[in-house]
Amino acid sequence: MQSQTPIRPSLFDSPAGPNPLDQEHLLGRGIARVDGPLKVSGRAPYAYEVHDPSNTALVGVLVLSTVAQGSIRTLDAVAAEHAPGVRLVLTHRNMQRQGGPASEHCKPQMADATVRQNGQVVALVVADSFEQANAAAAMVAVAYDVKPALTDLAAGVPQATVPPPRSPSQPVDTNVGDFAQGFAAAAVKIDATYTTPHQAHAMMEPHASMAVWDGDHLTLHTSHQMLSTCAQTLASTLLLRPDQVRVLSPYIGGGFGSKLVTYADAILSATAARQLGRPVKIALTRPQVFGQTTHRTATIQRVRLGADADGTLRAIGHESWSGNQQGQTFYETAANQTRLLYAAHDRMTAHRQVRLDLPLASSMRAPGEAVGLLALECAMDELAERLRMDPVALRVRNDTQYDPEKGPSRPFSSRRLTECLHEGAARFGWEKRSPVPGQRREGQWLVGMGMASAIRNVALKPSNAEATLDGRGILTVGTAMTDIGTGTYTILTQIAGEMLGLPPERVVMQLGDTDLPEASGSGGSFGAASSGSAVYYACAQLRIALARRAGFDPARSRFENGQIIQDGRAVSLASLAGAQGIAATGGIKPGDLLKKYAQASFGAHFAEVGVDADTGEVRVRRMLGVFGIGRVLNASTARSQAIGGMIFGIGAALMEDVVPDRRHGDFVNHDLAEYHVPVHADVPAVEAYFVEEVDPIANPLKAKGVGELGICGAGAAVANAIYNASGVRIRDYPMTLDKVLAGLPDQA
Amino acid sequence: MRAFSYERPTQVAQAAHAATTHPDASYIGGGTNLLDLMKLDVAQPAHLVDVNRLPMERIELLNDGSLRIGALVRNSTLAADPHVRRHHAVLSRALLSGATAQLRNKATTAGNLLQRTRCYYFTDVSKACNKRVPGSGCEAIGGYNRIHAILGASASCIATHPSDMAVAMLALDAVVETDRRHIPIAELHRLPGDTPQIDNTLQPGELIVAVRLPPPVPSVQLYRKVRDRASYAFAAVSVAALIQARHGRIELARLAFGGVAHRPWRNHAAEQLLVGHAPSHALFERVADSVVTGAAGQGSNDYKIPLLRRTLVATLRQATEG
Repeated sequence: MQSQTPIRPSLFDSPAGPNPLDQEHLLGRGIARVDGPLKVSGRAPYAYEVHDPSNTALVGVLVLSTVAQGSIRTLDAVAAEHAPGVRLVLTHRNMQRQGGPASEHCKPQMADATVRQNGQVVALVVADSFEQANAAAAMVAVAYDVKPALTDLAAGVPQATVPPPRSPSQPVDTNVGDFAQGFAAAAVKIDATYTTPHQAHAMMEPHASMAVWDGDHLTLHTSHQMLSTCAQTLASTLLLRPDQVRVLSPYIGGGFGSKLVTYADAILSATAARQLGRPVKIALTRPQVFGQTTHRTATIQRVRLGADADGTLRAIGHESWSGNQQGQTFYETAANQTRLLYAAHDRMTAHRQVRLDLPLASSMRAPGEAVGLLALECAMDELAERLRMDPVALRVRNDTQYDPEKGPSRPFSSRRLTECLHEGAARFGWEKRSPVPGQRREGQWLVGMGMASAIRNVALKPSNAEATLDGRGILTVGTAMTDIGTGTYTILTQIAGEMLGLPPERVVMQLGDTDLPEASGSGGSFGAASSGSAVYYACAQLRIALARRAGFDPARSRFENGQIIQDGRAVSLASLAGAQGIAATGGIKPGDLLKKYAQASFGAHFAEVGVDADTGEVRVRRMLGVFGIGRVLNASTARSQAIGGMIFGIGAALMEDVVPDRRHGDFVNHDLAEYHVPVHADVPAVEAYFVEEVDPIANPLKAKGVGELGICGAGAAVANAIYNASGVRIRDYPMTLDKVLAGLPDQA
Repeated sequence: MRAFSYERPTQVAQAAHAATTHPDASYIGGGTNLLDLMKLDVAQPAHLVDVNRLPMERIELLNDGSLRIGALVRNSTLAADPHVRRHHAVLSRALLSGATAQLRNKATTAGNLLQRTRCYYFTDVSKACNKRVPGSGCEAIGGYNRIHAILGASASCIATHPSDMAVAMLALDAVVETDRRHIPIAELHRLPGDTPQIDNTLQPGELIVAVRLPPPVPSVQLYRKVRDRASYAFAAVSVAALIQARHGRIELARLAFGGVAHRPWRNHAAEQLLVGHAPSHALFERVADSVVTGAAGQGSNDYKIPLLRRTLVATLRQATEG
């Protein structure tokens, strides 16, 4: 679990001063992904593609419940047990002893006959081949006593409850000033309710694991965003000590939050492998992913805005209802960003939880903001129209440099929202937009523009790294960080190279292994900042060690071109490392800067859409985002993150919608043919720019998060463009053609 | 996927014999639909007769001007064929609107005709479906039925036929040639009635060897596919139109519709409303009214009725614009 030498992380509790990363010789450049050649040539194995050298791995196939609530009445596995090649059929009747009770970090499987959701595992069939296991799995006959399931969010609103807070810094409700009074007194008001559907992560790589035991030590090859929590979940569920578990996840085909949770593929491959004494691998099929793993819950959001006639917001109210299984504490924090985005004297936010007997709801790219801004930023558009004010100007009018709930005592660490709005408007040609909807027509297309602000919370997590320089002058950096396709290998290479004055090809990054120093993992846009800071600190320690070995003053020496230089003297790092090499460790421990300063990334989205006047089809024509993310670590991967998020926004606005079947409590359109995400033809010219910004309060890299910012507000910009194009205001996402059609005038 | 046996004959007669004599045999061409259904356990053929080595790969222009399209001609090949592009443009357009480039490279002409419905409940073996298990019920009725039929449905089944190509072929009056007979394409696909498990009128083991297109009809040919995203989506509704106008009057009109019924849909009465008349919005509205007469939604697909109406009007407008 831990490397041999204990790591002493650096407390980050005051703004970063000048440091070698400020040189930006390597950092910030859009260098190609260092793992790119491996990926495009098939040499970066994903979990299910890992082959155990023993060549004895067996294959498991899961059988999932087909009802949402009730219990297993009968389960007949006899035929499956006698099917060709079958080695084991596990059910609740012969399951090994497991930890419990079930919680976020303890995931017992088949613990009893109770069915709590559709998609819960009721049997595992392990056979010599996938085909044999799959055929036998189809022979497992299960009959259920079925209880009615709650599947309709709106129907559950009257019984909604107050969930426990996600963290002390994230209260469930907030009230500042007197919202009721401020709203009542406002000259211009908006009171609108928006709904967003259940959504699926739809990452390319399905969840998969291969478990290999060596005595009582488990090695799990899997696809997970946060290895320490995966290892912890395995240990607590399988009743192991943490040091008995090693998790490997060097390459991950996307996660978007889905792979923050540990699922049955991991737990049951380990269980079966232990029992059978051979490696066992399990992959979820695509339909199984929709039931067995997590999704983003639907929301109902009421937004109330009260403003003066000049557009100054007086009152902001945002309430959100979301769903999850009974006993689950995760709720969609859809109103959280409303606490920070705009100034107003009187404010309230509230979250309520509705029990839904559906698959588990949890984080999906920008939980909270992604859907919260779909509501808030449409309400702002509606307010701008009512005020006869430009939507950009309305947002600029209500910009703030401090936390509007806490006041000037809690300033933003950096906030260039107004710059993003102005630059975006200028680059996009926003001045050509007609303030009156439905004015521009090109053939059958009604064309319009929309915009929205973007905000995403900044976070910093503890993270550690080790750095070793060898006698060839090769720097090897190790951390149990993950790269979920975001470019982590590359930016960490750049940070390490910048610190030691080495080109990327002399830096070897090792990720995705719990034998390496424990890291933040990937999630919540904190991965680059947290793991990058750890690499920074480890390399800073290595610089000191190298300087001392050279007899230099660490504070006055420079690292360039594989050399350490001071007062005109240069010594090669390779010679200093010598045959023994030289190693250092470091880590970051966040202080209280997040309490003292409000911290978020900001941006502005602009979209132009065409709406088919006959059919209601919406096609995005172009999109532009301008973002302030602190220091850009890699211009190319940052841009990919931003435009990838914006494309998620197109999906949220126009098509993404996993539909529950109210009789069965499952998702009806559970594959990528029927759960629509944007395809190439849906994605026109999408461009992203970054305003100049460094944020020394955020972390030593002076970078903020970018992985989720692109989705935040993007869908609202598309929705507002649909209104501007067609005059059809839809408050029920996604804005599919049937909803647009219902608002279009008769054909002429 | 269940275990199955497999053979790859080289003669049509061999293939037909194999398919007729093996119980639960199925032909496989491109496999873009059948293999998915086998993996989902929706289809469980005991024996696969791979037709890819049969001599059915040619596109032949016959002396009478008709075109004979071999059953194995890939969708991408057919769409790109110069004669098709020039004289049967509606077919090329329909093909290119379907699936993806990768799927079109693999999918065959006969396989496209015989692809099965995309009904969510048909492809999920945990659900009741009369098409998959006769007599088990239809859960699309009363369920989520956004992609389902508004015309010709029954109390047993509200599934649609997903093909774009077949809609264009129906408008072209294509004839399906099997190892036994010629079947007008309008008689190939069935309505569900109370036997929705039977998609078409082929007999057990009957093998489609070609599709014949009659000599070209000089006309404006359009295929308008309305869908939820710009590519890789089945039609919410589609309209294939062949319109011939002279001296301001419509002389010939053929209309076929996709995404609305258990089979590609045609309405000759509606076509006749156009013939002999000058194009006008009022005329198109009357034709559209005629097409949706008797249409019924099931809840989530109610929008298809106004959508079909409007799409047809728009297509006729486009086909008759100067």
